[in-house]
Amino acid sequence: MSESSVNSGRRNFLLGATAVVGAGGVAGLAVPFLGSWNPSAKALAAGAPIKVDISRLEPGEILGPIPAWRDKPIFVIRRSDAMLARLNEKSERLADPQSDREQQPSYAKNETRSIRPDVAILVGLCTHLSCSPKYRPAITPQSFDPEWVGGFYCPCHGSKFDLAGRVYQGVPAPSNLEVPPHFYETDDVVVIGEDEGVA
Amino acid sequence: MSAIEQSLKNVMAWIDDRLPVTEAYEKHLSKYYAPKNLNIWYYFGIFSFVVLANQLLTGIWLTMSYVPTGDDAFASVEYIMRDVEYGWLLRYMHSTGASAFFVVVYLHMFRGLLYGSYQKPRELIWILGMLVYVALMAEGFFGYLLPWGNMSFWGAQVIVSLASAIPVIGDDLAIWVRGDFNMSGVTLNRFFALHVVLVPLFLLVLVVLHVLALHEVGSNNPDGVDIKKTTDDTGKPLDGIPFHPYFTLGKLPAIIVFLFLFCAVLFFYPDGGGYLIEHPNYEPADPLKTPELIAPVWYYTPFYSMLRAATFPLFGLDAKLWGLIVMAGAIVLPFVLPWLDKSPVKSMRYKGLGSKIMLGLFVISFFILGYLGTVHPTPGRTVMAQVCTGIYFAYFLLMPWYTAVEKTKSVPERVTM
Repeated sequence: MSESSVNSGRRNFLLGATAVVGAGGVAGLAVPFLGSWNPSAKALAAGAPIKVDISRLEPGEILGPIPAWRDKPIFVIRRSDAMLARLNEKSERLADPQSDREQQPSYAKNETRSIRPDVAILVGLCTHLSCSPKYRPAITPQSFDPEWVGGFYCPCHGSKFDLAGRVYQGVPAPSNLEVPPHFYETDDVVVIGEDEGVA
Repeated sequence: MSAIEQSLKNVMAWIDDRLPVTEAYEKHLSKYYAPKNLNIWYYFGIFSFVVLANQLLTGIWLTMSYVPTGDDAFASVEYIMRDVEYGWLLRYMHSTGASAFFVVVYLHMFRGLLYGSYQKPRELIWILGMLVYVALMAEGFFGYLLPWGNMSFWGAQVIVSLASAIPVIGDDLAIWVRGDFNMSGVTLNRFFALHVVLVPLFLLVLVVLHVLALHEVGSNNPDGVDIKKTTDDTGKPLDGIPFHPYFTLGKLPAIIVFLFLFCAVLFFYPDGGGYLIEHPNYEPADPLKTPELIAPVWYYTPFYSMLRAATFPLFGLDAKLWGLIVMAGAIVLPFVLPWLDKSPVKSMRYKGLGSKIMLGLFVISFFILGYLGTVHPTPGRTVMAQVCTGIYFAYFLLMPWYTAVEKTKSVPERVTM
């Protein structure tokens, strides 16, 4: 074929069309490869809710971290009256005292971030880089905070949370600890991982 | 010529007509002319090949006894260490090799900074080398999860959680990477696939391209002189000597010295006092208990320090996102180095005082950041990390200025010994 007989317009159209169809094929082929990285049906099933008996949990005590909902460590704390009384004493030091960020179900968007004022249920993973914070209930000065009134301290990067899991200002964690969906089946049994009336 | 020699020659000729073996041998070895003034800084590229071979071989052998599941991974490593014949040796060769890889690669990269090896016409060699480095970091990261010790678990937890700093899609992205709502055996299994198949494939391709690009333009040298400018009648560079045998057999003693040092660590300090294999990793992964101090292995600590140095929100972005931006920026920035250096000379020997001071500060801050990444952050240390992060970025971002204004020395015509 001589050079002059090349129809470059048609050739470019065919090249472009082949490229577009080919790109479509690659995009389609990518779907199963990318999709296979999503949590499998088995992993989703393992996220089923669990029941926790809190009848023997004394005020000030923590149950957990227990591997609960979605294999995340869960903190269950029964706060004493003294703890509750001091909860909102220094709310100006907190980054989100009213829990405006969506880190809890709507029924836990209150002063104590809980259904029952005395029982706090929190996902024990720091909202910074997901280390598990330590429970430091003592209302005494700590090396990381001279005005400590009890709460959680993350050893990885120094984030601090109060006894309702609310994050302090000036720490790397951007938001409050997550409150998992939960409800009380009876006074003593709490179901963690599900909202009431779903199942 | 004996009959045997003649028949060998015929066989070679037969092959060369079908596959350019002799041509490739000459182009890349016997007639690849490297500058004769290459000094000790030029050994580390060769060393990295030795370590690469070590990692591939020991890695393949380790997969024969390792089990990549959440239930069995930790026990299978113990099985390798105690029950498999020479398993302890293969495992320590691999874990020591990982650190050795980064030692030689960091020194190799420093050589590039010192002698301007990234400058025109070697921009692509530098970029391909940076890609090798990033692939190596990924390889190390995926590999570190595999022993399924508690530091493996929480170290990977922290780094994967970095994805959640990305606005809007971050949380879902982290779940997608893990394949689970929290780190689990699912994550381990896929990291295993990435560590033993996908990343090594990339790594090998990149290494080949890195060397091909080097052999296209030729090696730089401590003077930054182009040896191709001065040739004899046959076009052979006067200041060049063939890579083989001078840099292969000729540098064999250096490789032996390197292997001596490697074996010293391998046999006497395999865990490097907790820096090469961290102490919490002798406990199995516990998703409920974070080790008291989360520190990555030493070769990531400078970048980890920079991540932690971001402690305050700025321009409406929170500190967590800034940590990610700073860390990613510190890794991406060196890629554009060839276009930041405006100096008319390559080598630090002929550059001005500004370049020397900045390189010195850069190295010192990199070491300090590396140290700070291994210890608990305190307010004082955080300030120090912030200062050093500033120096790290200043080295690159101010380079167009200080390399342009400083007074350079004149470069000789021929290399100096």
